[in-house]
Amino acid sequence: MKTVDAPATGTDSIPAAGLRETALRLPVRSGKVRLRWLAAAVVVLCAAVLASVCIGSQPSSLAQAWHAVVTPSGTNMDVTILQLRWPRTLTGIAAGICLGVAGTLSQGHTRNAVADPGLLGINQGAALAIVAVTAIAGQVLPLTQAVLAFGGALLASVFVFLIGTAARHGSTPITLVLAGAAVTALCTGLVTGIVLLNEAALDTLRFWQVGSIAGRNDILRAIWPFLLAGLVLAAMNIPALNALALGEDTARSLGISVLWARCAGIGAITLLAGSAVTMAGPIAFAGLLVPHIARAMVGADYRWLLPASAVTGAALLLLADTAGRVIARPGELSVGVVLAVIGAPFFVFLARRRKLVTV
Amino acid sequence: MSAPSTGGRLRADALTLGYDGPDIVRELSLTVPDAAITAVIGPNGCGKSTLLRGLGRLLAPRSGAVTLDGEPLAKLSTRHVATQLSVLPQTPAAPSGLTVADLVSRGRHPRQKWYQQFSVSDEAVVLDALAATDSLGLADKPLEDLSGGQRQRAWISMTLAQETDILLLDEPTTYLDLAHQVEVLELVRRLNRDRGRTVVMVLHDISLAARYSDHMVAMKDGRIVAQGTPAEVVTPELLLEIFGLAAQVVQEPTAGRPHVIPLGAAV
Repeated sequence: MKTVDAPATGTDSIPAAGLRETALRLPVRSGKVRLRWLAAAVVVLCAAVLASVCIGSQPSSLAQAWHAVVTPSGTNMDVTILQLRWPRTLTGIAAGICLGVAGTLSQGHTRNAVADPGLLGINQGAALAIVAVTAIAGQVLPLTQAVLAFGGALLASVFVFLIGTAARHGSTPITLVLAGAAVTALCTGLVTGIVLLNEAALDTLRFWQVGSIAGRNDILRAIWPFLLAGLVLAAMNIPALNALALGEDTARSLGISVLWARCAGIGAITLLAGSAVTMAGPIAFAGLLVPHIARAMVGADYRWLLPASAVTGAALLLLADTAGRVIARPGELSVGVVLAVIGAPFFVFLARRRKLVTV
Repeated sequence: MSAPSTGGRLRADALTLGYDGPDIVRELSLTVPDAAITAVIGPNGCGKSTLLRGLGRLLAPRSGAVTLDGEPLAKLSTRHVATQLSVLPQTPAAPSGLTVADLVSRGRHPRQKWYQQFSVSDEAVVLDALAATDSLGLADKPLEDLSGGQRQRAWISMTLAQETDILLLDEPTTYLDLAHQVEVLELVRRLNRDRGRTVVMVLHDISLAARYSDHMVAMKDGRIVAQGTPAEVVTPELLLEIFGLAAQVVQEPTAGRPHVIPLGAAV
């Protein structure tokens, strides 16, 4: 009947009735492969957690780390691990999950393989809020700075969404990307203008702009409800994302309300990427890289892709952060710098591939 | 089966459709015969695909209405409509690496609660939808590895998994060679004859449309010019009127359906 296929699987020509007896179930092979990859990612994440807790200017053994977390006795090492490395690791996990999931949502909703959460203007919105308030009120406390960052991120993405949906045919991937680019450009311009005039704002920006997960534990403690809400929203968005991946017309034909799906998706991206930028500053490339890694592992199905993105994101961020501590010993390179160094070649690799992956 | 019944579940009533500019479909009324294959033909830009999008509520009417069982589509819930009619767009998109089984499973969406997306309870339906298009052997292949005809069969399987009585197909044979066109149309006919599906399809090839449909609708400038059985619709006069084509119409020898022999563009 059809001869286009490789001879290995010529089952196509077997009458359906005959095949039913031998193949009663859908192929589960892909499911097993996905599960294996997801398990592997979890193992890598666990290893990354251990490395993050143990490696530093003052290396510790696994036993010491265990001792410090379970039965702390106030030794120097206990204090280092409990008050510095453990919180830093937790923040890394949280920010990694946020960036990974937000990145996958961004690429899914724009159907654009080079999209990242920054395209909603979130990072520049946060920067603008911090810089503007610093210019007016002087240096602010870290927690105030976090509130400003979150507020700015929220405001920017709401703007992008409003502009994007005001298009005559409602929001499409293109109008969203354009609105995001416009708001980002506007915020960048304003930030540049302010820091040129105000030295205090420039100093604040210089430190904030390099993404880092060191010493941000109190922020995680304040922001976790938003983070959780973002994850719930993202999980609820899964069926719609799978349908939207087949095009808006097909999604509508499958009973998806495209507008609501977009609202939920953008809400989730805002909460997650907003939380990440609040905790760790603008970390470039994580939101871009992670979806590609996760997709290569578990494929295009968002039921697998979102969990895989969360795990991969957390692992990537911790590994990059730990690497930064090893490379620049006895000092350290912040995670944002390390990721940018890894991320730029990856972008080149993406561009050099013959066929860009379709999201 | 071949004689379309008058009572149709899906109707267009003085339907006007358009995008930004002028109206594309103008005050068009149509009753889609139940359990029959309806083919919509007409020149490029006559509004065939737009009409199909309107019937499938992918496009909201400017005025008039599309009704399903007497209720305007706009008043029904999106999900409910999705259990009654499915639309296959002209060139549907799919992400890289998506397997045929994955694609077909997505057709179950309108009938699933959120948590059911992780269950296998719908597997029987998915298998059945694959079997109906002879695609079981393709189940674990990525879509991009398939030939055009196989890919179209996979997409039709997805709409079958949706288990709707009404199927709207927008040029299901585009980009396919003749053998694959016939393969897809034979499949459409089987779905209608064996499973009683109502099919509306937009086709470019008039002879194939005449061969595989029970009811034909000829459109020009957003209006219906003629409708009826293929023998009633496909005439030299009509071809001249809507396509500006001088043609002879003969009876093809297998089923006695009208067959178009083009003679040249009439000036």
